[in-house]
Amino acid sequence: MMDKKNTRVYLMMVLPALVLFFSFHTFPLLQGIFYSFTDYRGYGDWNFIGIDNYINVFRDPRILNSYQFTFKFAIVSTVLVNIISLTVALGLNSKVKFHKTLRGIYFMPNILSILIVGFVFKFIFSVFIPEIGQSFGIEGIAKSILGNRDYAWIAIVIVGVWQAAALNVILYLSGLATIPEDLYEASGLDGASKWQQFRHVTFPLIAPFFTINMVLAMKNFLMVFDHVVALTGGGPGRSTQSISLLIYQDGFTGGQFALQSANAVVYFFVIVTISIIQIRFLQKREVQL
Amino acid sequence: MRNKTNYITTILLMLGSVFILFPVFITVINAFKTPAETAQSILALPSVWTFDNFKTAIEMTNFFNAFANSAYVTFFTVIFTILSNSLVAYAIARNLHRKAFKFLYFYLVSAMFVPFPIIMLPIVKQMSAIGLMNLNGLIILYVVYGLAFNTFLYTGYVKTIPKELEEAAIVDGCSKWGVFWRIIFPILSPMNATVGILTALWAWNDFLLPLVILSDQGDRTLPLVQYVFQSQFATNYNLAFASYLMALLPMLVVYLFLQRRIISGVTQGAIKS
Repeated sequence: MMDKKNTRVYLMMVLPALVLFFSFHTFPLLQGIFYSFTDYRGYGDWNFIGIDNYINVFRDPRILNSYQFTFKFAIVSTVLVNIISLTVALGLNSKVKFHKTLRGIYFMPNILSILIVGFVFKFIFSVFIPEIGQSFGIEGIAKSILGNRDYAWIAIVIVGVWQAAALNVILYLSGLATIPEDLYEASGLDGASKWQQFRHVTFPLIAPFFTINMVLAMKNFLMVFDHVVALTGGGPGRSTQSISLLIYQDGFTGGQFALQSANAVVYFFVIVTISIIQIRFLQKREVQL
Repeated sequence: MRNKTNYITTILLMLGSVFILFPVFITVINAFKTPAETAQSILALPSVWTFDNFKTAIEMTNFFNAFANSAYVTFFTVIFTILSNSLVAYAIARNLHRKAFKFLYFYLVSAMFVPFPIIMLPIVKQMSAIGLMNLNGLIILYVVYGLAFNTFLYTGYVKTIPKELEEAAIVDGCSKWGVFWRIIFPILSPMNATVGILTALWAWNDFLLPLVILSDQGDRTLPLVQYVFQSQFATNYNLAFASYLMALLPMLVVYLFLQRRIISGVTQGAIKS
């Protein structure tokens, strides 16, 4: 009797949320998958066309280009973010002056709007740095990097790393805080060098944090949108058009609702697969270390 | 050896922090300068600190309106998220041994892996069909989309709260609802703070969702305004910087005062995942 009443109460607690979640998340998700098998343009009539859109996803040069850019950006940024944040975290973890202030500064980028910060960086890349290049006669930076088809992506990496390092530094720091001091003393007595200490004591112990950071950073970078909108809008040409940006631009205004839905479905599988592979691979390494 | 202050590392870290602070520095000093002064030198301090750029930017972008919109969305998103998501997670956590609730748990949590672009195109059509292309629609979406991650965070925490606490209250004649609001919810405070901080940062800084959902000019949030006025700013950087600074400042001020709480909140959230 009591149990039945309790069940009713529990159900009433979750039911409204369940209905809302289905309506605003699952339903549009199913719709997206549904339309990916049609020729829908976002308005008007549509027909089923089977898996044509999926075949076209792998043939469309714009889509392939966006994958190429997004992966290049995500991989380079993930590696850089992890190297830099681990270095900074090791520094902050040693006995330094102004520890709290420095930590506060390094975390600051995490709380700022990346779009607005991106606009500031756009000024730095397109006005400030070229001006330095011109006045000192350094030809390599006299022109805006954002206008360069081959190098514009590097500017996006810099902004991406500038912001993402904030969170990763803090995560590595909390990992380092779990290592007991006497472990270092013991290895110090054994005559281990600093690098040996890092390689054999520090790193194995923060390996789980390394896994979290790699997966988190990679997943976030694969979804890059704000950085690109602020810095290049996807240009020059389409050289920095990320997958999210392509789905947004061509899905809404390019009349490619169906094709971009198929692209989004593929994108979803790519993200899930990469996350799983990364977790598996990195966890295996954790055990071995 | 480890007890001595490491001055070399301190200096290196300070040099590194210059790189972090540089964009903020550029924004602040140029927001107070005239175009002529910026043309002369970008890095020099302004000869006269003038607020003219701010006045013009406020009028041009209707700053206070955008600020009010961002504040409105963030405030109600945080309140509704904490109240509703904790309740849902509580009900799930106490019934995880049952198939239906376990399914519900995985159903909600697995949504963490769904990238927004796959929902983006259909949800815009749907929101427009039901007339929710406005700030309230935005709040609903934030609260609902937050469920995936927050259910995960809260459920882990609720499991650590002993059931005996509730049983005692029920014997005293408290209803299940009463148990949640009077006993569980207050115990959840640390988690409420974490969820509140993460949600506030998200709702305040988010750009993509307002971009696709908001149709009315008067509804624009702070990031959206900076985006919309980008082309008009292009001719006057100082105006742009004044506008950016005003948009960034509220969060910077909050951060200055709540730094420790924010850092620990965000860390908690990330580690649990």
